[in-house]
Amino acid sequence: MRRPPVVVKMVGITKKFPGVIANDNINFEASKGEIHALLGENGAGKTTLMNVLYGLYRPDAGEIYIRGKKVIMRSPNDAVGQKIGMIHQHFTLVPPFTVTQNIILGLRFPKGVLKVEQAEKRVVELSKKYGLKVDPRAQIWQLSVGEQQRVEILKALYRGAEILILDEPTSVLTPTETQDLFKTLRSLAKGGATIVYISHKLDEVIEISDRVTVLRDGKVVATKRTSATNKRELARLMVKREVIFRLKRPKAKLGRPVLEIKKVSALSDRKLLALKEISLSVCEGEILGVAGVAGNGQRELAEVIAGVRKAAGGKVIIKGEDMTNRSPSEIVEAGVGRIPEDRIGMGLITDLSVKENLVMETLQDFSDRVFFFPKGVFLNHAAIDNHADELISEFKVITPSKEALTKTLSGGNLQRLILARVLARNPKILIASEPTRGLDVGATEYIRRKLLEQKKGGAAILLISEDLEEILTLSDRIAVMYEGKVMGIVPARKAKIEGIGMMMAGTPLSKIKG
Amino acid sequence: MRILWPVLSILMALGIGAILIAAAGVNPLTGYYHLFYGALGDIHAISETLWRFTPLLLTGTAVALAFQCKFWNIGAEGQMLIGATVATFFATSFIGAPSWFLIPLVIVAGFLAGALWAAIPAILKAKFGVDEVVTTLLGNWIILYFVAYLVEGPWRDPTSMWPESPAIADSAVFPRLVSGYRIHIGFIIAIFFAILFFIVLRKTTWGSQIKAVGANPRAAGFMGIKVTRVLITVAILSGGIAGVAGVNELCGTHFHMKGLGFFGGTGELSWGYGYAGVFIAMLGGLSAIGVPLAAFFMATMIQGSRAMYRATGVPSPFFYAMEGIILVCLLLGIFLTYYRIRRVKG
Repeated sequence: MRRPPVVVKMVGITKKFPGVIANDNINFEASKGEIHALLGENGAGKTTLMNVLYGLYRPDAGEIYIRGKKVIMRSPNDAVGQKIGMIHQHFTLVPPFTVTQNIILGLRFPKGVLKVEQAEKRVVELSKKYGLKVDPRAQIWQLSVGEQQRVEILKALYRGAEILILDEPTSVLTPTETQDLFKTLRSLAKGGATIVYISHKLDEVIEISDRVTVLRDGKVVATKRTSATNKRELARLMVKREVIFRLKRPKAKLGRPVLEIKKVSALSDRKLLALKEISLSVCEGEILGVAGVAGNGQRELAEVIAGVRKAAGGKVIIKGEDMTNRSPSEIVEAGVGRIPEDRIGMGLITDLSVKENLVMETLQDFSDRVFFFPKGVFLNHAAIDNHADELISEFKVITPSKEALTKTLSGGNLQRLILARVLARNPKILIASEPTRGLDVGATEYIRRKLLEQKKGGAAILLISEDLEEILTLSDRIAVMYEGKVMGIVPARKAKIEGIGMMMAGTPLSKIKG
Repeated sequence: MRILWPVLSILMALGIGAILIAAAGVNPLTGYYHLFYGALGDIHAISETLWRFTPLLLTGTAVALAFQCKFWNIGAEGQMLIGATVATFFATSFIGAPSWFLIPLVIVAGFLAGALWAAIPAILKAKFGVDEVVTTLLGNWIILYFVAYLVEGPWRDPTSMWPESPAIADSAVFPRLVSGYRIHIGFIIAIFFAILFFIVLRKTTWGSQIKAVGANPRAAGFMGIKVTRVLITVAILSGGIAGVAGVNELCGTHFHMKGLGFFGGTGELSWGYGYAGVFIAMLGGLSAIGVPLAAFFMATMIQGSRAMYRATGVPSPFFYAMEGIILVCLLLGIFLTYYRIRRVKG
């Protein structure tokens, strides 16, 4: 059998950042028609390597060959010229623009005449061909994260990408959506495209890739044919230690229901009914998992409870008190900890320092009486510094200093920071939306352990996650949402994947049994 | 970077300014000697420079405060003028009132007028998402022509050659700090607001909230900060400080409410100091330390350019050129901070 030609070849790539060597003399190649996985923990250098290939970073040393020719990538424009497309973990879309406008943004049209309708037709074609369902006229801010990713993929395909780099693509997808994506990727590879698949999810890498290159601490540890390896070996290569795949679920004494949601309705950003008279309750010492495909009202549910979205009807009862449509501060005061889905856009202010982010939610508590001014006017800098020092060490947040801008932290550390801020107040109720999305094995395990610890301590936790494995691992009961309704609630011990899958697809629990 | 670029911009502008002075047929060294000597060379010159520094510090502080929470207040000019207008009303109505009553009254009235005028765009932005750059900028013209109407119509002093109001009460005139020099208590007021800005930004919960809203309003809202309230209170303080700058010019410089400036785009009373505030805020990096330095530099340039004109004939609008050049250099600096230009081999 003739070996397919090598399309991407990177030789001796080294990229340094102040204080770290992100890529250390890396050799990497990918062939035509191949799905090549790039496996490694957060911070292993996967994304950096691909950013070098995509022209976002210039390497300090090393060479890149595309289709056998040496190239220098000055910018993503050069990469697009080489028919390389990259789908980033954090999207690069313009929120007020429509899907089509985003896709054609920056493209040249013959004679400078913008032909939006023609473009729209092609977008629809492409989206049908590859099963990337999305409304071409919807504005980006109205779409769920999962839908936004489809737009990103369409954008690359629209530009004729033959080498497609996907950075943790499934971290925002549901199991069904993941399978759809895999179908898309397989058909693209079959058609001769080269796909570089950045991930830290072993199951997916095993399932989708032909070959896998494992990175650790900026170095290549191994490149293997996927068929010649297994999950356990890859996990060992990746983290240098055996990974615990099963967390022990601690038993906790079930208390009274402290979070009750009664017939709550709410509108989405598009002013459509996203929550339809939904009812749930969570008891002390319990984790209620909310499963469902992206965009079925989970975000709206979390936001209504968190106080940042108005409920159009119904009641949110916290510790027996009606807290419907109260302000975020009041919700936090009432003992609710909130871990939002969108860490960078909502959970943190990345242009402010680490210590400021740790206290911003409860500034009043970090103020002092000065002269005749009451508490709440002047900051108590000493208290803020102490608080930051304590939390940074307790939650092992890796940061240059407490004064460092939050945007310099890695994804896992951003989540630790949010967790630190939230758990510092010992919340009785915890709303965790996608708490481990996009995090590496180590950080994921850490966050999950912390959640279980909280539960053991008697907290009521509402866990909203698209990661079914996470829901099954952590929850005591599982509620499945579909189109703004709860399809059914089942105890986790009795839950069957098929049953949950059917509910996620819109079959109510009652019909499954009957 | 925050210090490097403003300093570099000033140096680059002084370099380019030298070419302009040479183009006017004067040795640049001679020109700059007269400029700096005229602005800082003796007590009298320093007093004059500080007298110009006062309104610039006020408008610079007003704009920097608003910009800190990304409320792009381009309306300091209009807020100044309305502050001065309302102050004129009181200062010409209560002719017999004593100073201890009238001076605080006109300052408070000017503050409130500027604050209210600035609150309107803030409310429009918070409630309806109306772009404040447009509303604050166009608001300037509303006030400008309203003032022109007043001083050419109902308020016109019939005994004056110029379209201006009658003189304000003597008891409303800001007392001088040192007799024989034009520096007056407005200087102390400006320093007060600059220190207030410093304290708000560094020491108060409100200051933290302002920065949070400026950096990410969505996240700020999630964290329980009342974004609308922060926006409106910032606009009120910002507009109020600009309003006081107007009172300062009325009671410390002109003593009459005046109409359109020579070039039409600014008030004869404000001399464009409201717009200069935007420049000063940017040059000062919006910081409580940088803004006074930038205002002082600008005052030096304005005062010195006039001295240079008297001594050498280089036209005094020289400082406008400097302002423009520095701004371009600053923007270049901001650009270079985000993008690095490197020579690439091959």
